[in-house]
Amino acid sequence: MGLEEKLPSGFLLTTVEQAAGWVRKSSVFPATFGLACCAIEMMTTGAGRYDLARFGMEVFRGSPRQADLMIVAGRVSQKMAPVLRQVYDQMPNPKWVISMGVCASSGGMFNNYAIVQGVDHIVPVDIYLPGCPPRPEMLLDAILKLHQKIQETKLGVNQQQAAREAEEAALKALPTIELKGLLR
Amino acid sequence: MSSSPTSPTPEAPSASQAPPRETTEGTVYTVTGGDWDEVATAAAKSDDERIIVNMGPQHPSTHGVLRLILEIDGETVTEARCGIGYLHTGIEKNLEYRTWTQGTTFVTRMDYLTPFFNETAYCLAVEKLLGITDQIPDRASVIRVLLMELNRLSSHLVAIATGGMELGATTIMIYGFRDRELILDVYELITGLRMNHAYIRPGGLAQDLPPGAVDQVRALIKKMRKNLPEYDKLASGNPVFKGRMEGIGYLDLAGCMATGATGPLVRSAGLPHDLRKSQPYCGYENYDFEVPTADTCDAYGRFLIRLEEMRQSLRIVEQCLDRLEPGPVMVADKKIAWPAQLALGPDGLGNSLDHIKKIMGTSMEALIHHFKLVTEGFRVPAGQAYAAVESPKGELGVHAVSDGGTRPYRVHFRDPSFTNLQAMAAMCEGGQVADVIVAVASIDPVMGGVDR
Amino acid sequence: MSEQDDPNAPGQNVPAQRDDAGDLIATRHGMFGAAGGADTSGYGGLVRTVRLPGASGRPYGGWFDEVADELEGALEEQGLVPENVIDKTVVDRDELTFHIEREYLPTVARTLRDDPALRFELCTGVSGVHFPGDKGRELHAVYHLRSITHNRLIRLEVSAPDTDPHVPSLVEVYPTNDWHERETYDFFGLIFDGHPALTRIMMPDDWQGFPQRKDYPLGGIPVEYKGAQIPAPDQRRSYS
Repeated sequence: MGLEEKLPSGFLLTTVEQAAGWVRKSSVFPATFGLACCAIEMMTTGAGRYDLARFGMEVFRGSPRQADLMIVAGRVSQKMAPVLRQVYDQMPNPKWVISMGVCASSGGMFNNYAIVQGVDHIVPVDIYLPGCPPRPEMLLDAILKLHQKIQETKLGVNQQQAAREAEEAALKALPTIELKGLLR
Repeated sequence: MSSSPTSPTPEAPSASQAPPRETTEGTVYTVTGGDWDEVATAAAKSDDERIIVNMGPQHPSTHGVLRLILEIDGETVTEARCGIGYLHTGIEKNLEYRTWTQGTTFVTRMDYLTPFFNETAYCLAVEKLLGITDQIPDRASVIRVLLMELNRLSSHLVAIATGGMELGATTIMIYGFRDRELILDVYELITGLRMNHAYIRPGGLAQDLPPGAVDQVRALIKKMRKNLPEYDKLASGNPVFKGRMEGIGYLDLAGCMATGATGPLVRSAGLPHDLRKSQPYCGYENYDFEVPTADTCDAYGRFLIRLEEMRQSLRIVEQCLDRLEPGPVMVADKKIAWPAQLALGPDGLGNSLDHIKKIMGTSMEALIHHFKLVTEGFRVPAGQAYAAVESPKGELGVHAVSDGGTRPYRVHFRDPSFTNLQAMAAMCEGGQVADVIVAVASIDPVMGGVDR
Repeated sequence: MSEQDDPNAPGQNVPAQRDDAGDLIATRHGMFGAAGGADTSGYGGLVRTVRLPGASGRPYGGWFDEVADELEGALEEQGLVPENVIDKTVVDRDELTFHIEREYLPTVARTLRDDPALRFELCTGVSGVHFPGDKGRELHAVYHLRSITHNRLIRLEVSAPDTDPHVPSLVEVYPTNDWHERETYDFFGLIFDGHPALTRIMMPDDWQGFPQRKDYPLGGIPVEYKGAQIPAPDQRRSYS
């Protein structure tokens, strides 16, 4: 984004990374992207009993320009997909996406003409949260995991290095169909 | 503006990101974000003062992914239209590829705030097709009523909570969700899930009430009796609240009949139309309750009706507990009833261990029966049936068609939110932009039900 | 249920079809949904007809006769011959269904709404059903009308062929059908003549095809698991 991206790799960069990560994770502003059942659980998470305010996140921004986390809560229809992408594009960097619920993650039980089979077809997803709908505790857990991820975010040359490593690992990884699992 | 539009589309030059497009309605400039003042000034300069504002489909105040297309003149709405379909899930089509029993798992996700009503309406239609309406055990019907009435409470609580939030009253949202949690705890105890239960099945219920359920429901009634008056104290007499709601979203009886509006809308116009009274199902004729009405035809009247309905629901729940008697919760017909009693195992709800011992160890016939019924499902005689229940939003009708197979041929849901939302234009036109929010909130549409 | 008493009837060695009465809407072959290629199940020769409940005779029972009489009388008053308007009347599962010739639908609906003895004030919308096997009447539009005054519910059914999917709109009579008809158009391609703005409502405006027709696939994709791929629900074998 700014100066921090230009820093040479080394002690200074890692220190800035830690500071930036800590600051970023402590004030995440979610954009409201409630779609279906999961949206109700997302609202419940924001309300009294689960109290998202404990993590400084209770204020859901109505405007994507002021948000940096998009919680895609619910099934994404073919008609909604362009809208979702537009809202994502309007969010300033750095930004993160939680795909809440199985419909947003993979289409879930709605394997049909109307539903996008996973929101990762449209936007990059950081955390996939299973469940139909996930309990508020599960959303809190996903948010805490995202906080950890944000804390460990690399900057500048380190970020490019991390991206290269991730790509190499992905190329080497076994396709799902060749994995050994319950069905083989 | 009480609310910031996500993508205003003024018909005037402005700080647009996309190039202007010529359409049949004139030049369209797409503005996403930017300075509202700039947009407004540019619009004011133009000869044509018509501004069309798109609210939604992603907007915090539109009750889900509803898109409102408002033509405004200053702060006055001259024309209002809805854009829906942003949550269309194709559930009706999906049902056609699953067995009749699996259908409940889909329908419960339609209007996700009223899962038990969707399930009951669907099961009543299937039972009518099967011709077993009279054979449903009493206990199953009583538990259905109990859950439906608890569901009416939780649905109305969300209606009031989100309605309040959309007005800017965050306190009432916190109250609503606090009380809804109490009810969800009971659901979780009984069905194992907080939402999307698939607990009511064609022929009865998935399983009996667990131990301790009756006590917990009684405790809940006591708590709700204490909590409900708080809404009265907080909102009913509140001058700001009344100022926002009174006379807003006006729809009289003729309008309700024309637009097909049911539920709190028609009752706020003074007609005590309630299917629980007029076409009782699940034994509603045996319960003592009243149908509240108002004669104000406005959002405030609907709010009061919802509050009163919650009190009446508590009364019904109490009567349900008194009527509960031990007995089966599934029809006796073994060709329809789910073969196994479900039980909680280490990996969640599943077939009980006793049943597995029986089919795997002693009875080959029982195994075959279980396999056939679970994989193939039961056949439903060809024909069609319509079953309707009074959901918190109005008449929820199910039109089910069978071709004699193990899967539905066609299931159509007449969702009250879908029909009631048509009245939005009649309620909003001529009013203020800020009142659109109140009117939509008073309809209480749930987009999952509207779009299915 | 029909009984085959005549011992010399040609199909006497074959068990009677369970639903011999009624209107044939489809014929199914085989079992387990096996199609294309050799059927090794041994059930390939099975032929099963699908029949919906057929026309009922008088008396229909309960208030059904009263409604039918009133409707026929009111139609006669308007100079119509009831037999031409009402294709058939079906009483099944305690529900009364009038199959209406499509050109008379608005007249019948208006009569049902306005006649003091009928007064079906509330229409609960239209539901489309697609019967590809019912030649010449593939598309059905089903309306449920509720009378709050008399506390009754009846069903109207009209059909249209696939080649000419036109049904008169009821928006004039029941404005509530506005969105319902758009929905049915969107999903089944039924064109409601006289509708003020018949456009898609659920699907995106540029969508091709009518998704809930039987000839439109479910559109699911195969799901990949660890070491296996599961086809979409409509691609699996099923019981016919």
